[in-house]
Amino acid sequence: MGIPQRPLSPHLGIYRWQLTMALSILHRATGVFLSIGAVLIVVVLTSIAMGAAQYVTVQSWLAHPIGLALLVAWSFALYLHLANGVRHLIWDAGIGLEKHVANKSGLWVIAFAVLATAATWAVAWS
Amino acid sequence: MAEFSLPANSVVKKGKVFNAPNTAKNIKRFKVYRYDPDDGQNPRLDVYDIDLETCGPMVLDALIKIKNEIDPTLTFRRSCREGICGSCSMNIDGINTLACIKAIGDIKGDVNVYPLPHMEVVKDLVPDLTNFYAQYASVKPWMQTDTPPPPDRERLQSKEDRERLEGLEECILCACCSTSCPSYWWNSDRYLGPAALLAAYRWISDSRDESTGERLDELEDPFKLYRCHTIMNCTNACPKNLNPAKAIAEIKKLIVKRRN
Repeated sequence: MGIPQRPLSPHLGIYRWQLTMALSILHRATGVFLSIGAVLIVVVLTSIAMGAAQYVTVQSWLAHPIGLALLVAWSFALYLHLANGVRHLIWDAGIGLEKHVANKSGLWVIAFAVLATAATWAVAWS
Repeated sequence: MAEFSLPANSVVKKGKVFNAPNTAKNIKRFKVYRYDPDDGQNPRLDVYDIDLETCGPMVLDALIKIKNEIDPTLTFRRSCREGICGSCSMNIDGINTLACIKAIGDIKGDVNVYPLPHMEVVKDLVPDLTNFYAQYASVKPWMQTDTPPPPDRERLQSKEDRERLEGLEECILCACCSTSCPSYWWNSDRYLGPAALLAAYRWISDSRDESTGERLDELEDPFKLYRCHTIMNCTNACPKNLNPAKAIAEIKKLIVKRRN
């Protein structure tokens, strides 16, 4: 009888979520989500080029509750990705990598994204 | 490609329950990962109820109590019991740390004890660290020089130059940082991980070392160094309060700087 294959110890399933870890994966997720959003911008621009009727159609999709929810999600993703991207640039300069600073700047990133999203839509709906 | 779920032979099953004696007053529940290479079974989570009135303050005290009084088959590494040898590194309450300096009182609810994450398990809480040590050796963690030493004394270092090694040379190679890193989980075959990179930076920073260029050449690789995405789990976990993430950022800076 040979030696049985060693098991792999649990990882993602047991590791306690850290703020910095969650923001790191969110940065990737928002990046992917924003790439899809970029396609939507092309769709809107194309519809404008195609004429009024097509533009109105695309407008009606975006005015639908699902469309609106997606737009709010995209704006939030944009602000989160933007703020966290700036945080990464500062880190690349070797600044702010201390444990307490990195955790605090993570909270600032989330606060900025929430407030900027709220402000954007407050202006849009006023 | 990252494999997010555990292979079939690694899925953790329910284990045995060891209740505390009736006389116990202050009971804390420990859920401990067990794997026996000899029984051919999957790993399991055994439950031990410990009376804290008759147990030392640290998680390691509880593990030793379990081994001495309840279940002598429980296997784990330990030696100094004061946070300097790095043997009893494991995942406690979801975060990698040293069992000997993790207070039971700091943990709310049940105490979950697992081996270091995403490692091959030899037995119970003992992971195979062969690859981790090989990566450490690969950064040549010793002084390399071309010039001959002074004939009458050692290679001396100013106090300021010595101070640059503070926060780097205290690493005890417990592997808490590397095995907390998701990037290391998915790419430990090619990414060196925070511990080895901290060691590399310790020698890059040493005023007496004369192979900084070669060391940077060796690290300038899409996988060895640049799989660090500043997730910061390493720095959050380090039981010695060192900052591998910062050391890695400094290496990246040096590589950019020397291009000009």
